[in-house]
Amino acid sequence: MLKNILNLGDAALYCDFGKEVNKETNAKVIKYFKNIKEKKIEGITNITPSYNKLIVSFDLNFINFNEIKKKIENLEIKEFSKNEGRLINIPICCDDKLALDIKRLEKKLNIRKDQIYEKFFSKEYYCYMTGFIAGHPFLGDTDVTLRAKRLETPRVKIPRGSVGITEQFCNIYSFESPGGWNIIGNTPLNIFDKSNELEPNLINPGDTVKFNQITIEEYKKQNDNVSF
Amino acid sequence: MTMSHFKVIRSGINTTFQDLGRKNLYHFGIPFSGAMDNRNYLLSNAIAGNKENAPVIEFAFQGPLLKFKGERINFNITGNVNFNIIKKKNIIEGNCYQSYTLEDEDELDILSTNSSVYGYLAISGEFDIQFQWDSCSTNTKAKIGANDGKKIDKDQQVNILNSHSLNSSRKLEYLNSKIENIRVIKGTNFNYFSEEGKKIFFENEFTVTKLSDRMGMRLEGDKIENVVDTNIKSEGLIKGVIQVPADGNPIIMLSDHGTIGGYPKIGIVISADYDKLVQLPPGSKIKFKEIELLEAEMLFKLYQMETQNLILKIQ
Repeated sequence: MLKNILNLGDAALYCDFGKEVNKETNAKVIKYFKNIKEKKIEGITNITPSYNKLIVSFDLNFINFNEIKKKIENLEIKEFSKNEGRLINIPICCDDKLALDIKRLEKKLNIRKDQIYEKFFSKEYYCYMTGFIAGHPFLGDTDVTLRAKRLETPRVKIPRGSVGITEQFCNIYSFESPGGWNIIGNTPLNIFDKSNELEPNLINPGDTVKFNQITIEEYKKQNDNVSF
Repeated sequence: MTMSHFKVIRSGINTTFQDLGRKNLYHFGIPFSGAMDNRNYLLSNAIAGNKENAPVIEFAFQGPLLKFKGERINFNITGNVNFNIIKKKNIIEGNCYQSYTLEDEDELDILSTNSSVYGYLAISGEFDIQFQWDSCSTNTKAKIGANDGKKIDKDQQVNILNSHSLNSSRKLEYLNSKIENIRVIKGTNFNYFSEEGKKIFFENEFTVTKLSDRMGMRLEGDKIENVVDTNIKSEGLIKGVIQVPADGNPIIMLSDHGTIGGYPKIGIVISADYDKLVQLPPGSKIKFKEIELLEAEMLFKLYQMETQNLILKIQ
């Protein structure tokens, strides 16, 4: 449940749902997100769900922390249908040219490349949240044998479409960005479409992602931006 | 008849279209963006006689050199900016917060911001640009907003749709004041830091580094030691949040910040001080001062009243 509401500065609420990261807690965060969004409270400028927190920012010209806190505490939280999340298939090419950190991971995790991929592709992943950069999903949970820390020194540029893993999570870089996750492949799919203003993101919180491995030939066919 | 336009002879350093920014998109990962210094943005539109949220051109450190083609147009510059208007025979040194008229072939040379970062150019008219999610604000990282999400570049043309050039010159007497202390409210991870670290945060000076842009401001100073965990489970961010990563140097989230982050939050800059914070150029010294929520809310009301009074004083 919602454990605590604090102020984050003078123009945001910090709703704490606990310390753990799991589907159950995250489902509650998403439920609150949807309920608050539906209520269209005047003055709210953003609602940001994450693993186990929900941040509600607002415009101080319209409302303040105590007023909005009361509104959220008194909100009737209704259930949304459970089957709302979609299953999305994402093709990934794991050619060595695209799997930038696979050799490093073999050493870090002390398991062979083919085993890493076997374990990675055998699971479905739940989308906890999207953000950091536009369209970027945080997915989980990976097999316990695949959990590695971030790179010691983050990369300045990670190519668009890169799929990375760290701790219990995996992600997809929706466009070129700095980052520190261990890159194991690349998808030719465009997962952020700025021309679609209602649904710009292919993957949304609550969705399930299934990755399928594709060959370099298939990858090139689906991606016009390949330069090798 | 060709459309009135500016020919960009020099682009300046970080020249983009901005307005009040985008709302309710953080959950997609799309930042707020919008003009960094909100008061100077509002003043530029008010002097130009535009609606409150009209697009303007924002520049940092050095502005563009523009050649005007068309009948005539009024413009004004806000911030603390040196600029010249170059007419056929003479050069006029411009004053901020005052409207001027450009005629065909006149040039506007925005030379530099004066011990500050951002300045604004508003015209008495409408730029011909595209909007995304009801805002023109350019976010160059996600390539969202006007000008295909890119900075305004040398040799490009900026078209003007309608102009409503006012006959009389409008002006405002206003001086941007400097700020000595940035006031903050304690963050949700304040207790992650050692007693010594907390003391350093509120008592020592920090220096604004060159690694600062529309996304964030990086500071350097005595290391703020973390005694709990240098990472938290990634969670939402807002502008003004001060994160401290493992190296112990604070980073303040600014208007184009990533929507989610995993570093502990030591504090949050109050809304009333945000405009003055973003105007601090690299090399500036910052000291943080702790205040409570109620005081921050009062200071914001005061800040808003001051802005409204300035708008009323435009003549």
